[in-house]
Amino acid sequence: MSASTFGSGIRRREDPRLITGSASYTDDITLPGTLHAALLRSPYAHARINGIDTSQAASAQGVVAVYIGADTEGEIAPSPCAWLLPDSGLTIADYHCVARDTVRYVGDIVAVVVAETRHEAYDALDLIEVDYDPLDAVVEPKKAAADGAPQLHAEIAGNQAFHWTVTGGGDIDEAFSQADVVVKETIIQQRLIPNAMEPRATLASYTAATGELTVWNTTQNPHILRFLSSLVIGVPEDRLRVIAPEVGGGFGSKIAAYPADFITMFCSKKLGAPVKWVESRSENYQATTHGRDHVQEIELAATADGKIKGLRATVWAGMGAYLSTAAPGIPTILHGLMLSGVYDIPAIHEDVYGLYTNTTPVEAYRGAGRPEATFMVERLVDLLAAKLGLDPAEVRRRNFIPKFDDGHDVVTGLTYDSGNYDGALSKLLAEADYQQLRAEQAEARKNGRYIGLGLSTYVEICGLGPSQVAGAIGFQGGLWESAIVRFHPSGKVHVMIGASPHGQGEETTFAQIIAGELGVSPDDVKVIHGDTDNTPMGWGTYGSRTTAVGGAALALAARKIRDKAKVIAAHLLEAAVEDMDYDDGKFFVKGSPDSSKTIQDIALMANVAWNMPEGVEAGLEATTFYDPPNFVFPYGAHLAVVEVDAESGNVELKRYVAVDDCGPQINPVIVEGQVHGGIVQGIGQALWEEGVYDDDGQLLTGTMLDYALPRADRLPDIEVHSTVTPSPHHPLGVKGIGEAGTIASTAAVYNAVIDALAPLGVEAVNMPLTPERVWRSIQAAQGRN
Amino acid sequence: MTIPVSITVNGRRYDREVEPRLLLVHFIRDVLGLTGTKVGCDTSQCGSCTILLDGVSAKACTCLAVQADGASVTTIEGLAGDSELHPLQESFWNKHGLQCGYCTPGMILASHELLRCNADPSAEEIRHGLEGNMCRCTGYQNIVRAVRDAAETMQGGTS
Repeated sequence: MSASTFGSGIRRREDPRLITGSASYTDDITLPGTLHAALLRSPYAHARINGIDTSQAASAQGVVAVYIGADTEGEIAPSPCAWLLPDSGLTIADYHCVARDTVRYVGDIVAVVVAETRHEAYDALDLIEVDYDPLDAVVEPKKAAADGAPQLHAEIAGNQAFHWTVTGGGDIDEAFSQADVVVKETIIQQRLIPNAMEPRATLASYTAATGELTVWNTTQNPHILRFLSSLVIGVPEDRLRVIAPEVGGGFGSKIAAYPADFITMFCSKKLGAPVKWVESRSENYQATTHGRDHVQEIELAATADGKIKGLRATVWAGMGAYLSTAAPGIPTILHGLMLSGVYDIPAIHEDVYGLYTNTTPVEAYRGAGRPEATFMVERLVDLLAAKLGLDPAEVRRRNFIPKFDDGHDVVTGLTYDSGNYDGALSKLLAEADYQQLRAEQAEARKNGRYIGLGLSTYVEICGLGPSQVAGAIGFQGGLWESAIVRFHPSGKVHVMIGASPHGQGEETTFAQIIAGELGVSPDDVKVIHGDTDNTPMGWGTYGSRTTAVGGAALALAARKIRDKAKVIAAHLLEAAVEDMDYDDGKFFVKGSPDSSKTIQDIALMANVAWNMPEGVEAGLEATTFYDPPNFVFPYGAHLAVVEVDAESGNVELKRYVAVDDCGPQINPVIVEGQVHGGIVQGIGQALWEEGVYDDDGQLLTGTMLDYALPRADRLPDIEVHSTVTPSPHHPLGVKGIGEAGTIASTAAVYNAVIDALAPLGVEAVNMPLTPERVWRSIQAAQGRN
Repeated sequence: MTIPVSITVNGRRYDREVEPRLLLVHFIRDVLGLTGTKVGCDTSQCGSCTILLDGVSAKACTCLAVQADGASVTTIEGLAGDSELHPLQESFWNKHGLQCGYCTPGMILASHELLRCNADPSAEEIRHGLEGNMCRCTGYQNIVRAVRDAAETMQGGTS
């Protein structure tokens, strides 16, 4: 049972509490005497505040306190940006948690009411009078960069948050001037709204007598929140305890430390009572971070036989009104460095302009920079194929980086760990029966039906990452992970990790790692995470790093245990350590398997410590801090098959076939679940989802009624396959899988739709590919507009 | 102003005084402390708050507590009754039909309604039947598998 548990699709141990309603998410926790905070948010995208009258609200029933910006001066520092992108002219506008004299997006916080009940707090919001002077707003990043655009921050010229470049390989201008063919496109990577099903929430409880603040929060990274909160609220880190209880999805939107979190902590500290704030879904749309929002001008240079010679791009990335916690690194490091994709590209240059706009701050959203990079590269390759009259699979093959298993340098400066891109594509084409699909497509076209095939071959960077690199790229933290493995006298195991999973199932997969390393049943392992008071420091769950980094820390801690246990076993069996063997939870003298001790025997002996070897400490416990030597680079090949109804513009997704390679799979059922969910989010971007602001900065997609999330009835079953290429530098060989689907699927679906529309002369349609947009593009291409 | 209500939840009668504006979901969560029922939106789109109202599924955010006066409510906490798990719960677990778990109580109760109306649904019918419940994690595929699996179990007479 035990060793073979690594790699088997066992049921998740998280599930019993989740399927019975016994799990406690932040909003499910209430302490005696809990007060409730509600936030008054700006209805204007850009306005001066002339005055605020809170007198009526303050005297309303149940109201305990009302605060405006001036009340928080010196008490709540500006919400910090913690990715200080170097060599980019980064300018960080002060993000006051409660606005002082100006509001800069619909949702900017203007006042706070704390009351005895949630209803009373919301009732009192209506009694606050704010005198605004509306100002002109700008919502699109490229427009924000233009001369004469409304300016968000007086101290920041041209709304420019940063200008970052990546240049690598040969002379890019020469690559283009000498190219046989050049293909170009302008792409709008529309704004997406993450929509974790659980809205964000904070419960803060301050005890004046001890100076201790305990915070329950819907965070992906409680240790980072503790660190930043100590800086912003002034409660020392040792007195601050952050607990991420059950967290209902994040997808990047629960990485940031938010003004609302700091405000809730401030209120509890001020009032000496527990204070809870829970956002409504409408508030979530306005004020929880968004994703993507790029305007991309891209071009590719190639030879007449389809060999890529250079890639050049300019990107205008909307950052929103302020820089969120990790925001500057997303459209730059996690985007621009991945522009070589799975291809050998000898010259790459990209300029990225980060722009302040009167919109909700933009942050990581599943894939975070990498879907935007993959989309660019995969579009260009398809455009090249179309221009040369080659099959898109063939153009990819002519440019793939050849198979490698221990490092490959690309010109953007990264070293990919391992990959066999042609292998993944070949498997995909075989599984999908690509040639047959092409034949069916040709047949359908004869009959006036528009079927399209779309490929996306991707590689992504995850398992963030070496801390030295983190420092070099301005990330204001480390990126290692730690794990503690502790054997109790009865042989049961506690694992404490710094990472903070919130749906990915690591309570199960990490127990499987321990089972594989130490031969115990996964049922005997409890994985503890999410509480800064009883877990070691960790940098959080995002960037597909929990298994890739935290899992490595855990495996190495288990191996330390094994080493110590072997010494104890040798002592108990009166053998030399070098004469000991280990197999599946048993230590035995070489050649005498009957002369053995189980790991449970050793755990008992180490804990009672009646008979320990000379110089060996009591206890069976190990801690590791694992700082990875490199990132990991999962990859794969996806195919979407669509049919477009030319009369209505409706796109039907008929098939979706995926081949992903995340190295050895600890639990293939959980991997498959991650792949399903990731792919569907990427399909959502291609076909349905878009966060829309009008020119005045009003969010038009402010509820689930207006923002089209993927629904069960609009999706086919996804066909999931995999190949296995271990990472050469990871102790278990594993790579991340949380974001891969999203990184691949948007381009696959988009390419399929454009392929379907090719006979109608349509070359590009802005996402999402709604029936209206597709229909209009057909009309335009047919000269009927 | 408050109004007296008497609502039976998971087999137990609760007599309470409530504000007329109090939503049933807030009655269940905040007044009774049964937090298994989730709130995921404020426009009745997400389905996280789905419960059974007199045996029929309802979004508890679209119903006032006073409207449920005299009614019998089943939440996720009471679905299994005297059993350890309802077949739907077992199937969601077996088929990896959940990840973060937030939509799951509503999804399971909406699936309960689906099977009440159609004991042997096809995958396509399941997808249509669950279009009023949002899940952001699973891509729905394993939820469909789970419901199909539960249908087979329940038809097999194990519950």
